[in-house]
Amino acid sequence: MNTIVVGQLQRQFQDYIVSLYQQGYLDNQFTELRKLQDEGSPDFVAEVVSLFFDDCAKHFYEFYYRIRERPDHVDFKQVDSGVHQLKGSSSSVGARRVKNVCIAFKECCDVQNREGCLRCLQQVDYEYKMLKTKLQDLFNLEQQILQAGGTIPQVSMN
Amino acid sequence: MEKGGFSPVGLRVLVVDDDPTWLKILEKMLKKCSYEVTTCGLAREALRLLRERKDGYDIVISDVNMPDMDGFKLLEHVGLELDLPVIMMSVDGETSRVMKGVQHGACDYLLKPIRMKELKIIWQHVLRKKLQEVRDIEGCGYEGGADWITRYDEAHFLGGGEDVSFCKKRKDFDFDKKLLLQDESDPSSSSSKKARVVWSFELHQKFVNAVNQIGCDHKAGPKKILDLMNVPWLTRENVASHLQKYRLYLSRLEKEKELKCYSGGVKSIDSSTKDAELNSGHQSPGKSSFVFSEGIFQKATETDPKPLASASLSDPNTDVIMPPKTKKTRIGFDPPISSSAFDSLLSWNDVPEVLESKPVLYENSFLQQQPLPSQSSYVTNSAPALMEEEMKPPYETPVGGSGVTADEFLMPQDKIPTVTIQDLDPSALSSMKLQEFSSNVTNNTEAILRSLNCELPESNHSASLDTDLDLSWLQGERFLANTGLQFQDYSSSPSFLSELPPHLWYGNERLPDPDEYSFMVDQGLFIS
Repeated sequence: MNTIVVGQLQRQFQDYIVSLYQQGYLDNQFTELRKLQDEGSPDFVAEVVSLFFDDCAKHFYEFYYRIRERPDHVDFKQVDSGVHQLKGSSSSVGARRVKNVCIAFKECCDVQNREGCLRCLQQVDYEYKMLKTKLQDLFNLEQQILQAGGTIPQVSMN
Repeated sequence: MEKGGFSPVGLRVLVVDDDPTWLKILEKMLKKCSYEVTTCGLAREALRLLRERKDGYDIVISDVNMPDMDGFKLLEHVGLELDLPVIMMSVDGETSRVMKGVQHGACDYLLKPIRMKELKIIWQHVLRKKLQEVRDIEGCGYEGGADWITRYDEAHFLGGGEDVSFCKKRKDFDFDKKLLLQDESDPSSSSSKKARVVWSFELHQKFVNAVNQIGCDHKAGPKKILDLMNVPWLTRENVASHLQKYRLYLSRLEKEKELKCYSGGVKSIDSSTKDAELNSGHQSPGKSSFVFSEGIFQKATETDPKPLASASLSDPNTDVIMPPKTKKTRIGFDPPISSSAFDSLLSWNDVPEVLESKPVLYENSFLQQQPLPSQSSYVTNSAPALMEEEMKPPYETPVGGSGVTADEFLMPQDKIPTVTIQDLDPSALSSMKLQEFSSNVTNNTEAILRSLNCELPESNHSASLDTDLDLSWLQGERFLANTGLQFQDYSSSPSFLSELPPHLWYGNERLPDPDEYSFMVDQGLFIS
């Protein structure tokens, strides 16, 4: 094991994950999630996150259909219900930005602002895809560390 | 982990959530707590599982928003059919939702994201429920012995030798605990699996209607109430124990109302300026005082509401401040009240109602919407002072013999006045937490109290009445707990306006969010 390489990778990992928190992509819940990962479930975080992104995609298509395809008959109540669900699942992984968009999205639904909803829809799309990319990079770093024989650092955000 | 006796290890938890991400996370978390976890994505599926194995689970955790069935409905079913403790969860912590959970019998309401520490202590709900059942039996004088023990004789909860000591402990329960912690049960049933009486909204409403029907003049005894309620499966004992709690609840309302009126009264005495500190309620204006708790029942008989309306009605009382969503902290003080100060207090009717606005968050519709006759005149008197932007219609409270309504009993704190606030500092807020209560309580409450007090179902009351009142603060949450609502142990450490846990503590409200504060500031109402 090349300790220098491992050390570098670990630092890289640490910096990267800290930056994700600082930029508001992630919040404390992600830390909690990482704590749950153990030897019994070494891919726990990746699995959960994957479930989340599937959920995002599903909701996105639903919103798209309801808002864009039927502009005159937007069922805001249904959209609101979907947004609520998305908010819930974003809170499960600590997807802070996505969650914030959901909050704004909900407000648009409340006042039946179709334009606003459209904007939020685009935002949701952007944010979850962005997060997906970022987390993918993070997991890649993890893999590199492990392959180099090192351990993944626990990062505390206090 | 406990040494001997109840062990949380292996607690059988059923988690119900339509969000696959959360389901996975919760499963992992619960497994880390050494619980036995079953997950389920649909409410109907959950019910099916529960019904299939009636004794297969110890506790249910369910999300509020389920696609196939409202989480609250599931909660009701589980509570009624299976009598299991149910914890609700949601990403939405809006008070009305939380209250709804409490109303429907949830023993807790967790906000997502859920923390490990919150899950680590859910076993307490299970234990608490079991213990209540024990006291239940004890209180009803059920000396059946062995067969009820076998219900608890599970490896999970009781070690082998504990049964004996558990038995002995029954006899040691002091009376007050029995009184307040006693859960309804059907004592005539001697089967080991007794049916529990769950005081649902509807049932309690019937109870209150019966009480009100009997009115203030006659003695409202359990037998009479039972007859009027016309619920065939209900027994006199069930009603009797519920009645006890109801009396305690009413007496607590009285106490709070008195405190509130006291503050208003002090103002009129002092003729202080608008920003008179409510803390003046704390200080005695140098007059003689008497012990508050005793005073309640005395006052209840002395006070004649109408004539008490004093000329000082209009002005100072408009200054009585009602914090918006005040936290339901316990009253930490017993302000000494001089009898003269008390006399100059406004009538029960006038002070609370007008100054409070209609609760914004309360969703139920079975509030008896009968405005007091005295209200309208009061409104015109003080209208100018009160007409600030957030003024909502005067608080509608029951009139006549109706007293307190069912929902108020079960959820006394759901009336959240959003009335005008003037100079208010946090310590004042804590002393003014009463408004919600007092608005509900009319002079008729005293009368009802009187009638209820006349007939004491168990022979034990008069002596312990004062202690009951004092205890009623502490046991307030237990009291609600016995109507099927149980809370975590936050209740034992009341905090005056410090950050309360989001869980509803005896119907507590959290402090308004910062954005709410700013909203109110914008409205020129709240000056913190």
